[in-house]
Amino acid sequence: MTPLVFVALALAGGLGAGARFVLDGMLWRRSVRYPVGTLLINVTGSFLLGVVTGLALAAVLPVEAQLIVGSGFLGGYTTFSTASVESVRLAQERRYGSALLSSVGMLVLTIVASAGGLLLGSAA
Amino acid sequence: MSARNPPKNHRPAHLRPGLIGLVILGGTVGTAARELLTLSIPDLGGFPLAIFLINVVGSFALGLLLERLGSATLTGSKLRGRLLLGTGFLGGFTTYSALATHTAQLFGGQEVATGILYAIGTLVTGLVAAIVGIRISAGLRARDEVHP
Repeated sequence: MTPLVFVALALAGGLGAGARFVLDGMLWRRSVRYPVGTLLINVTGSFLLGVVTGLALAAVLPVEAQLIVGSGFLGGYTTFSTASVESVRLAQERRYGSALLSSVGMLVLTIVASAGGLLLGSAA
Repeated sequence: MSARNPPKNHRPAHLRPGLIGLVILGGTVGTAARELLTLSIPDLGGFPLAIFLINVVGSFALGLLLERLGSATLTGSKLRGRLLLGTGFLGGFTTYSALATHTAQLFGGQEVATGILYAIGTLVTGLVAAIVGIRISAGLRARDEVHP
């Protein structure tokens, strides 16, 4: 990887994190007690990484673009640590259904979204 | 309906440019650290070891950080610390999309056992790591409250 691609990848990750912060704040509602932002962000980000990876595998997208958009932007946009801590917090509050959605549910939904994205991207 | 703009400093955190900038800064450094580790730690027989370790360490560190900061609504330097280190750095360092896409690719490549080990292994180890981080912080805080 060239230094320029590495710097672009890191900056794209910063923008992804910023987008996550703004979107999560906009999705937050006092009335909805489930942290819907992290779920929506991780599912959409996983779908898009599937598409990007599929496009790169089909040689439609250059590998540099895959690195910057995939590992960079979408890597920074999605987050695993918040999902872990939110799941533990929900379980501590005895909200077991929400904790299950935030852990196993999110895992299954992101894998399915990613598989769909891979199929879509590879078909392009 | 009145269309008054609230005073600048009463805007919610996610709409304040300075705070968004802190998240972007932390996210840039976190993403760079993730990429450096991904480039230096090779896969282990098809198992994406680097992303596994990154997500587990990041979950531990976020548990440690958030419990240390407490659950009350944060303001001032505590809010800035949370956004720079938590939402920014650790949010950008850890990643869910790589976990999901790697797993989907392992399933698609008939490496179902590795895919299940990777997905479930990351989920469970990440949860345990977050619990350990939270416990350590809670223990330190209890000690500080006894001996301030």
